[in-house]
Amino acid sequence: MQEHIVIIGNGISGVTCARHIRKRSDKKITIISGETKHFFSRTALMYIYMGHMKFEHTKPYEDHFWKKNRIDLVHDYVEDIEYTSKSLKLKSGQKMTYDKLVLAVGSKPNKFGWPGQDLPGVQGLYSYQDLELLEKNTHPYGTSKENQKVKRAVIVGGGLIGVELAEMLVTRNISVTFLVRENKFWGNVLPKGEGELVKRHILEHHIDLKLESELDEIHAGEDGRVSHITTKKGEKIECEVVGLTAGVSPNVDFLKEGELALQRGISINQYFETNQQDVYAIGDCAQFDEPVAGRRNMEQVWYTGRIMGETLAATICGEKTKYNPGHWFNSAKFFDIEYQTYGWVFANNREGEKSFYWEHENGKMCMHFVYEEATGKFLGLNTFGIRMRHEVINDHLNNERNVDYVIAHLADANFDPEFYTLYEPQIVDAFNSQTEFNVALKKKSWKRILRLSK
Amino acid sequence: MKKIQLIAISLFAVTMIAFVSSLFVSGFNVSSATINTYLDSKGIKSEILKERLENEVADIDFSNSFSATGKIRSVFFESNAVHEAKVLELETNKEWDNANVERQNIVNGKSTAFAYDLMKPSGIGHVYENKGLWLFLTFGLAIIASLIFILINLKVLGPAGIKNTGIYFENSTSRGWIAWVTFSFLVLFYVGLYFFPSVVINWTYIVDPIKDVFGGGGASQWFLYGVLYCTAMTIMGIRMIVKYRHNKYQIVRTISVVFFQVVFAFLLVEILPMFGLPGVDLKNAWPLDYDFLFDWNVTNLLDSGHFGKFVFVWGILLSAVIIPVMVYFFGKRWYCSWVCGCGGLAETLGDPYRQHSDKTVKAWKFERYIIHFVLLFAIFMTIWTGYTSYQQVYFPDMEYNDKVTLLGISSDTIRSWYGFLIGSIFSGVIGTGFYPIFGNRVWCRFGCPLAAYMGLVQRFKSRFRITTNGGQCISCGNCSTYCEQGIDVRAYAQKGQNIIRSSCVGCGVCAAVCPRGVLKLENGPEIKRISSDNPIVLGNDAFTLNSEILKN
Repeated sequence: MQEHIVIIGNGISGVTCARHIRKRSDKKITIISGETKHFFSRTALMYIYMGHMKFEHTKPYEDHFWKKNRIDLVHDYVEDIEYTSKSLKLKSGQKMTYDKLVLAVGSKPNKFGWPGQDLPGVQGLYSYQDLELLEKNTHPYGTSKENQKVKRAVIVGGGLIGVELAEMLVTRNISVTFLVRENKFWGNVLPKGEGELVKRHILEHHIDLKLESELDEIHAGEDGRVSHITTKKGEKIECEVVGLTAGVSPNVDFLKEGELALQRGISINQYFETNQQDVYAIGDCAQFDEPVAGRRNMEQVWYTGRIMGETLAATICGEKTKYNPGHWFNSAKFFDIEYQTYGWVFANNREGEKSFYWEHENGKMCMHFVYEEATGKFLGLNTFGIRMRHEVINDHLNNERNVDYVIAHLADANFDPEFYTLYEPQIVDAFNSQTEFNVALKKKSWKRILRLSK
Repeated sequence: MKKIQLIAISLFAVTMIAFVSSLFVSGFNVSSATINTYLDSKGIKSEILKERLENEVADIDFSNSFSATGKIRSVFFESNAVHEAKVLELETNKEWDNANVERQNIVNGKSTAFAYDLMKPSGIGHVYENKGLWLFLTFGLAIIASLIFILINLKVLGPAGIKNTGIYFENSTSRGWIAWVTFSFLVLFYVGLYFFPSVVINWTYIVDPIKDVFGGGGASQWFLYGVLYCTAMTIMGIRMIVKYRHNKYQIVRTISVVFFQVVFAFLLVEILPMFGLPGVDLKNAWPLDYDFLFDWNVTNLLDSGHFGKFVFVWGILLSAVIIPVMVYFFGKRWYCSWVCGCGGLAETLGDPYRQHSDKTVKAWKFERYIIHFVLLFAIFMTIWTGYTSYQQVYFPDMEYNDKVTLLGISSDTIRSWYGFLIGSIFSGVIGTGFYPIFGNRVWCRFGCPLAAYMGLVQRFKSRFRITTNGGQCISCGNCSTYCEQGIDVRAYAQKGQNIIRSSCVGCGVCAAVCPRGVLKLENGPEIKRISSDNPIVLGNDAFTLNSEILKN
């Protein structure tokens, strides 16, 4: 009998784990998900709502993939887990046993106990069901002004999901008020320059962005649905929909009854092991007891979910492997402006760090380099509106290059489409004039990019 | 703003209605002089045909092209039938000589071309008498309406960026009834153009004033097609540039493809004959240009002095040397989405439908079978027709049958089947007619033999690739959805593999719609082009790179 691996959750973590277990072994694999039968890209939910794609387009694998790879899909919710007998009870009443269990159950939108947070018309945006609810809470695409169900929506929380939700609602001609607690956009992550840049762009899209505004209460109208909100400053804003996008927290409520050790998320060590024998947790729902150096103890990002899934698959297949993510990277898109980050760029420089910030005169492109003041060692970069080549930057970080080296080799790193105007000369000039460095821009070299010679 | 756009759309709809109704509102009257001159010029001897045309067609008003075409064709068929019956009767009576004489009364050729030739000089009624007005009512107003709509988008769509909002909600771009109406219109248009030209003569009248600029002589249905093609590509090219105004690759590429269509495929083709030179499209390469080695083309070129001989040599050079060399350096995109007319129409008029291409593995399998079959068919046909041309040039006195027959198969048969199945049905009716339902590259993906040829070079010996950016893919699916060639781009991107598929025409839209900057079309060293030896996705240091197990 092959060992039975049961994975709860068919997001990027669980599915990556399943795929890699299959690559490495013949174990019996079952994925249980109540959300959707097939894996889809959560990050693409916004594109369904905006009409760029249909749901089926967001599925990374054709439906025959699962059978072909002998990965059983169970479309159901898990209600109860018995760790001693290694068995699960599903909502349908079905029971199932496992030899190893992977919890990849994701997260849910944060609700901070605001009065009225559970009223009809108030919602987050994380799951497929949230998307369906948003369709119900708003009117169809192309509805004429006078027939609009929703005139204004209020979004609470200035992060990535918030800006996505704003972009989505605008396509339905809904006016959006965006409440952000901090004094700049995505203030706990973005430095000032980038925050300002994003703020300008959000305003350009006619979003009513209110910085330093906190939600106080959500009020219902006569029909019981949300009618307006009030802020801590006492401002009253009429609205028919409220989007709660102040981050996410692990989706672990259904695990609270059992013996599984939880903090905010499921407690794990660096091998994703929980306190229960043969039970692992990965992805959004997992919380490291001791985070990998320099990283947070919860990483709710697509890429880290994927890396965790890949790593755990090795352990399950007998090659015990520690979580060892490489250099941090992430990306997002704020309306029309793409953002990538590599290495560490914090909202405020830490001790001993120095920044070089360049912004294009159009105010829509910028690059922000962070390095050690004492040694010049390159630590990370944010880039807006200019694409960078992951491999090249990763290589700089691996080789602990200095910032002047990184800037001199910017042409290698550029990943914009052909014919795009290249701003490297401008960036180098700005760098030379703002810092004590004096670098000359190197021509793009395929040899270096492909590491054909050392 | 939106209101003005609504008015523009309505105006455009009105011009389309005017265009279609022009076929019905204006008729024909073929004079007996026209009939006699034409029959004489063609050496047609049939008295029956002549008499019946005199009695049933000559100087009679037909209210539209359909009734006129119907009448002329039925007279044509019936006359031929009478003669054929007589031939049979004489043959049965073994009166061979008389049978041979009688056989000469049978008119060869297509009835539709016969009707076209009689009807073209014989228009009456509003369209024929007011060509300029109708040109304005159809082309003129349609251009104005489209431009208004497109240019207002500069404001309506907000700041520059990817604006695919509503594509799967809008009726016209999500296979709704408007798409089906467009589909039917396009299919009927191609059927008329290719198989029933006399039915669309009123449309050729509309462009007669433009033909006058190029020496006059009346516009043929091909001239009409050329004008329509260039207009559609230019207007929709402007739309493409407005839509992708933040993306220089798209802008440069669109300008290039429109330029090659208007200048090479249209203007030069019209202007060269004004100087007594053959009107050839110099960018059209074999085997897309499947009649390049047909005897009439070869003799025509070789008889047209230095220029003709240059064109002949150029044609060979283009297909045999320039194309593979360029594909080596730049991928087949240099042709398919920068130069080619078919590709050009797909990239402009067809852009709103690019999402309809089928991305399944099944469709990919089908594609590989059928496109390589067409390539083989084209090669096979070219060998036969080339043989015929060779005989025609070197042994002009040889018996006709010997010239066309090779290994017992007639090159005439092969080429007429190829022309019908591939040249007309596949590339025209299906290739463009099916845009609104099956996407804009049906022909290029499944049928074009030149694409197949370049695809082989691109796959196995080229510097072109779409590079996948480390580990940045979020599997969202925009790239695959908007790939007009039905490549499941995401399948590669999420594995960290470069895309080197033979069918990629390098339109660059996958890279444009990617929200995370994962894809880049580029030409680089062949080494490491196929990235199966790279780390699967960047970012996981738990494994040594190039670990065997992660390659798949």
